[in-house]
Amino acid sequence: MNISVLKFDAVIVGAGGAGLRSAIQLSEAGLKTAVLSKVFPTRSHTVAAQGGVAASLGNSEEDNWRWHMYDTVKGSDWLGDQDAIEYMCKKAVEVVVDLEHYGMPFDRTDDGKIYQRPFGGHMSNFGEKPVRRSCAAADRTGHAMLHAMYQRNVKANTQFFVEWMALDLIRDSEGAVVGISALEMETGNIVIFHARAVIFATGGSGRIFASSTNAFINTGDGLGMAARAGIPLEDMEFWQFHPTGVAGAGVLITEGVRGEGGILRNADKERFMERYAPNAKDLASRDVVSRAMTTEIKEGRGCGPSKDYVLLDITHLDPATIMKRLPGIREISIQFAGVDPIKEPIPVVPTCHYQMGGIPTNFAGRVAVPDGRGGDRIVPGFYAAGECACASVHGANRLGTNSLLDLLVFGKSAGDSAVEDLKDGEAHRTLPADAQDVARSRIAALDARKGGTSVYEARQAISRTMQDHAGVFRFEDLLKQGVARILEVEKMAHNLEIQDKSKVWNTARVEALETENLIEVAKATMISAEARKESRGAHVRDDAPDTPEFPNGRNDKDWLKHTLWFRDGNRIEYKPVCLTPLTVEPVELKTRSY
Amino acid sequence: MTTRTMQFRIYRYDPDKDERPRMQDISVEVDEQDRKLLDALTKLKAKDETIAYRRSCREGVCGSDAMNINGKNGLACLTDLEGLEQPVLLKPLPGLPVIRDLIVDMTQFFKQYHSIKPYLINNDPPPERERLQSPEEREELNGLYECILCACCSTACPSFWWNPDKFVGPAGLLAAYRFLADTRDQATGERLDNLEDPYRLFRCHSIMNCVDVCPKGLNPTLAIGKIKEMMVKRYV
Repeated sequence: MNISVLKFDAVIVGAGGAGLRSAIQLSEAGLKTAVLSKVFPTRSHTVAAQGGVAASLGNSEEDNWRWHMYDTVKGSDWLGDQDAIEYMCKKAVEVVVDLEHYGMPFDRTDDGKIYQRPFGGHMSNFGEKPVRRSCAAADRTGHAMLHAMYQRNVKANTQFFVEWMALDLIRDSEGAVVGISALEMETGNIVIFHARAVIFATGGSGRIFASSTNAFINTGDGLGMAARAGIPLEDMEFWQFHPTGVAGAGVLITEGVRGEGGILRNADKERFMERYAPNAKDLASRDVVSRAMTTEIKEGRGCGPSKDYVLLDITHLDPATIMKRLPGIREISIQFAGVDPIKEPIPVVPTCHYQMGGIPTNFAGRVAVPDGRGGDRIVPGFYAAGECACASVHGANRLGTNSLLDLLVFGKSAGDSAVEDLKDGEAHRTLPADAQDVARSRIAALDARKGGTSVYEARQAISRTMQDHAGVFRFEDLLKQGVARILEVEKMAHNLEIQDKSKVWNTARVEALETENLIEVAKATMISAEARKESRGAHVRDDAPDTPEFPNGRNDKDWLKHTLWFRDGNRIEYKPVCLTPLTVEPVELKTRSY
Repeated sequence: MTTRTMQFRIYRYDPDKDERPRMQDISVEVDEQDRKLLDALTKLKAKDETIAYRRSCREGVCGSDAMNINGKNGLACLTDLEGLEQPVLLKPLPGLPVIRDLIVDMTQFFKQYHSIKPYLINNDPPPERERLQSPEEREELNGLYECILCACCSTACPSFWWNPDKFVGPAGLLAAYRFLADTRDQATGERLDNLEDPYRLFRCHSIMNCVDVCPKGLNPTLAIGKIKEMMVKRYV
């Protein structure tokens, strides 16, 4: 089998929000760009985002990017890099206005401006009271945004390779990224994309958990490819459990429901968040709310026959508001919980939602790895943005609506950086001589394997292990066992056997290749989580409790640092957190409460 | 946990090994946690991994898993298992070429979508902040922008079956009206010119299959009627 080579200036892997935003920059700059996606662009998981995108437009009340920055640093439990956070919060207004100009159908205020609603952890005046910062198109913001950006790319004549799966990153002997190998699903052909810039915008990996709001396609392909190519993964112990997934189904119910006045109640009908976050209450940050809910359930105040969920109540809201601002949520509740939220509360549980960590980048979207002398060096030709990247703006816990902002700001900055780096018009670096053989042999080995594990079995093993050993609350002994287990499961994931050998639209093969990516993410998560012996943000351990010396279990003396996991030998390194913003005073360390 | 057995008849065709399509009879155990057809399909795939279909978000917003279910187009992830007549007959969307099993070639569908210039056209220099639009003007876009491009509607439309290359189809026309209805768009004349043709718009005979099958409850026929009204109005 001959493997053809296609040459582009730039290749973007992933056509969700971050990929499409990068593509606009590259296409409008006139660069020859290929965008690869496992699914038609508007089917990417950005489409499922609901509640909004943060920007301090101040359309309904006074707001300021400095307040947004403060909230984001605090939300991150001080693990976010303050240079990147300043950059993101400052750029927010510009990128949201861009979307409006692309035609995104935002809801409107009476005076015709973009409608904004309150969201968890977003406050005015440095943490004082909730502020309307989330720019929304009903509760379908991600859908409206993704379609608007796809449409803008149609206008810009971006070249898409739809239903192609990237297989591996190709680096040359100097470590520069020179392309990727990819599989065309319809034909089973493998092709090498030779490029001067490769931008990863492959999204999250929530499918490592058994209970997840994430789409089937969220299998951490970019992270798997990066890890196999020797790039470390940053802060992978930090996973966000969204407070309100539909109990049983896992489907997301936006925090915007609480932004519009929704209240969480336990079996006694009590508004329990008043006890955990007296100021922000139901609009405290997601890690705080998820832990409160889990505690309520654990202490026997859960609802239902098995007392295993709590209720999200909006029955006190005007039905007209629900129909206007939360129509999608009503649809989802009826479809997946069997309740009409106008009349009955929705059963919800904390559900795996977002990966704060990822491929380490700076705020310009360039991938940066340790240089071996205590600093960072840029990987030439390699960029990453969106959920697959770690800039790091979310640190130990992401604020709601900052994910859509992240993919806009860093999708754009990664695209701009690539345009900047390609300006010189230099020739492509040479592909390694074995690039074609490597891609071919991986598929051939999978096709030929006999007596291996089924994809279904391996995936069950991964997601059960992660769910049981690295959930909302973490325990020293469970983490230790989890590391041993996941290394056992890894053997299964590297020994997959598929029955389907067809060249045409072989979904079994695609799922097997995805499983090889999932296992890398799972290992990175479990090993990084076991290693971090403190509680911070979404990572809370029983052996790092709340004490006077370490409030909330957070230990800044030893653990105010980013984790870097290397696939090779499961090695862990740490790097400092950037506490110096670009132009303003740092947000000083303090104990986090809402 | 109580389980029950469900019977399925699934259209199978793999051009790599089959000479012609066939129907596969297969059953699967489902439990009370399996609410939707996609849940059953996931279990069926664990049993026979060669069954090929598209799926992603599993909550009715990405538009991947459209198929013909007991004779009617719909999304597997939004179709309740409860009440489905058995054996559940699963076929690819009608009217488009089949690539494999339940996966159709959507090239023609997207070609028509792209043909209506599905993007905002406004040649004024963009202002520093957002363009203003009143809540009432914004309301005009409701029922239009929510389309997920699943193709349930166009592939249920006899006019699209006969002329997929010439008739834009309900999904594309819904998108066309979405931009015509947007106060920020300046290309009304150009957009209407683009549809002024015996086929592109006027092949819609208001059969309303599109409305009947839309999993998002949208009404392409209504939007098409409004485009026709705009056509008439510009001559009076």
